[in-house]
Amino acid sequence: MDFGQIMLSLAQGFATTCLLFILTLIMSLPLGLIIAFCSMSKIKPIRWLSRTIVWIVRGSPLMLQIIIVFYVPGLVFNYPMESRMFAVTVAFVINYACYFSEIYRGGIESIPKGQYEAGKVLGMTSTQIFFKVVLLQVIKRIMPPVSNEVITLVKDTSLARIISVGELIKSSQDMMKATASILPLFYSGIFYLAFNGILTLLFNYIEKKLNYYQG
Amino acid sequence: MALLKVKNMRKDFDGLEVLKGIDFELNKGEVLAIIGASGSGKTTLLRCLNFLETPTSGEIYIDDKLIYDAQKDIDLSDAQLREKRLNFGLVFQQFNLFPQYNVLSNITLAPSLYIKADIKRKKKEANLEYIKNLFKPGARKIFLQKRSDLRQQANSMHEDIEKLAMKLLKRVGLLDKVKSYPCELSGGQCQRLAIARALALNPKILCFDEPTSALDPELTGEVLKVIKSLKSKDSTMIIVTHEMEFARKVADKVIYMADGVIEEMGTPSEVFGNSKSQKTRAFLQKEPI
Repeated sequence: MDFGQIMLSLAQGFATTCLLFILTLIMSLPLGLIIAFCSMSKIKPIRWLSRTIVWIVRGSPLMLQIIIVFYVPGLVFNYPMESRMFAVTVAFVINYACYFSEIYRGGIESIPKGQYEAGKVLGMTSTQIFFKVVLLQVIKRIMPPVSNEVITLVKDTSLARIISVGELIKSSQDMMKATASILPLFYSGIFYLAFNGILTLLFNYIEKKLNYYQG
Repeated sequence: MALLKVKNMRKDFDGLEVLKGIDFELNKGEVLAIIGASGSGKTTLLRCLNFLETPTSGEIYIDDKLIYDAQKDIDLSDAQLREKRLNFGLVFQQFNLFPQYNVLSNITLAPSLYIKADIKRKKKEANLEYIKNLFKPGARKIFLQKRSDLRQQANSMHEDIEKLAMKLLKRVGLLDKVKSYPCELSGGQCQRLAIARALALNPKILCFDEPTSALDPELTGEVLKVIKSLKSKDSTMIIVTHEMEFARKVADKVIYMADGVIEEMGTPSEVFGNSKSQKTRAFLQKEPI
């Protein structure tokens, strides 16, 4: 097996990794906002429910959650999961939405009360205050922790191999077996590094763009 | 006829009574200064007038019309509250400018949001009418005409707002800072911008909550000058302040508050020169004029 073949196989795994990464981000970012609102809700049952879910999801291993999402529907409800990719995406979205929700909550609660009051005395509606006054300030404040979480997500996708989703680490393991060499594993590390390098640059760019104002 | 009448306003926070029955009247064009020690309820009174706090009881009349009765208006919708609130403007001690908008946008943000909401509503009406008359001849033409009229209307309203904002910025002396961001302004400039922002909505009564307490003496002067320049027969203002000299010179009416009640009320010369209450005299002796 030559180098080209190994790389091709790794690239296929990387494609799956990217797909899982993008799907998770697209869905967990907005879902996290909804969970954040529930966690800050004035209605106590909603708040408790939401915070309990966040506690369970953040308090248990992602690997376990993937296994539960994949096997429980089949074992308990006799309704087996057809797609491994679907199961792993669901688990990732729920897990990351909970982490994002706490970041959002921190960001939203860090905005001074005066901003809301200023909006109110100017006659804005709560929706207008949130979207026109608060949101951009929240985004600016949460950018560093969000970038942290996003970079972690890239590496966490490797957990998908636990239910045999052919992502990057899985393909590099297959290649290790096929070539009887440990090198493919190191090659896969380069993929992760490069991907995260690009993401770091992207987040630096966004942070710089948002730096046009202070406070 | 009094422009503003406040009757028996009370406010308690979990049993702690901060306002213990406030009554006063204010005529159009008058400036009312509220003085008093910290914790006497001055700011709470102002916040109640702006509906940032819900009074426990009390009535607010504007032009002799009851606009708010704390006993009855317990569950007001946000929209109703907003409408009442717009009678008042408020300038905060901490400015509370929107940091991500430039000077001009800080002023135009709220007014342009109303215009947008208003135009959107009218567009919806036009759409509905079009659907109703879908099969009548010429309906489409009328509809398109209406849409383009609305677009023009929106544009001209936005232009008006911008013109008004520029006028106000000229008035508070910030014309050269139009494109700056609040973080690039000094404290005094920030507060002058906040004043312009409140004026843009043309409130009947403009309230100031210790507008100079976050500023050093030098900057205090420029802000007080602007407030003084706003005084006219059409503008009615309520100013909570620790600047006794300013209160004496600019106010038409002074209220001294202590422990949640109006201890003394009258013209500046009555309150400052000839105070009847022992408490007022003691307070004024401590405060340097």
